[in-house]
Amino acid sequence: MTAITRTYQVPGNDFARAGEASGHIKRILKELGFSPEMIRRVAITTYEAEINMVIHAGGGTVTATISPQAVAVVFEDHGPGIPDLELAMQAGWSTAPQNIRDLGFGAGMGLPNIQKYSDVFEIKTAVGQGTTLSVTIFAEGKEPI
Amino acid sequence: MKIAEIATLLETGAPLGRIQGDRDLTTAYAGDMLSDVLALGGQPDVLLTGLVNPQVIRTAEMLDTACVVFLRGKAPTEQILSLAESCGVCVLTTGKEMYEACGLLYGAGLRPAQ
Ligand SMILES: Nc1ncnc2c1ncn2[C@@H]1O[C@H](COP(=O)(O)OP(=O)(O)O)[C@@H](O)[C@H]1O
Ligand SMILES: [Mg+2]
Repeated sequence: MTAITRTYQVPGNDFARAGEASGHIKRILKELGFSPEMIRRVAITTYEAEINMVIHAGGGTVTATISPQAVAVVFEDHGPGIPDLELAMQAGWSTAPQNIRDLGFGAGMGLPNIQKYSDVFEIKTAVGQGTTLSVTIFAEGKEPI
Repeated sequence: MKIAEIATLLETGAPLGRIQGDRDLTTAYAGDMLSDVLALGGQPDVLLTGLVNPQVIRTAEMLDTACVVFLRGKAPTEQILSLAESCGVCVLTTGKEMYEACGLLYGAGLRPAQ
């Protein structure tokens, strides 16, 4: 199998559609026969990142590249950016308003979860310009083959 | 435990939506913060929650959760049910609140997802 790439436009603040891209990526991985463990790690990572785009950044673009060894996903938005990344990475830190908390999000666990369940984790962010989050999950655990 | 047994224990009435595969269910998680479920790293077969929105179904989809139980008689919308259908997630609604629902399922052998 050569690598396949899929791109999704994620609309901002649309909670009926939030998770569509992650759900689609998950179905592709299932069809390709990746292990349930690996698929779950990708699903958690992509879903949290997609939700962040929807909640905090007015939407963005998700690009997934799938090869037999790994799934790499880039989340690019042109939202407000993250002023203090160290703070944002802390478990429990959230700027989500009450209406988002009422949906079950805004626990401040998204970024820590994404870091925990991905093998490669990188954020580039600039205030007023946006945020690009790149994650990779290897099929055979933490190390590349 | 099968979905039908959960429905009986929690007096939910008929499942809303299709039961896919009807696999044996062994683990559960209960809560109202979806990120906490996702943080668990485990795979709850059953998710009990007082939240009623499409993201509950999405979260179940991500975790391969077979069955979502909406608590305190909160009725899911058509939109939620059709999403559940397309994700292969079975939906139950019970009039019971979280503490009692969890106690009943634990007593019948369902264990925490880790
Ligand atoms: N894509 C993003 N654009 C702007 N801010 C973000 C983005 N992702 C995360 N953040 C900021 O980082 C904080 C922590 O994110 P996270 O850990 O996912 O928690 P939560 O989404 O529950 O608030 C958010 O509250 C928000 O302030
Ligand atoms: Mg988040």
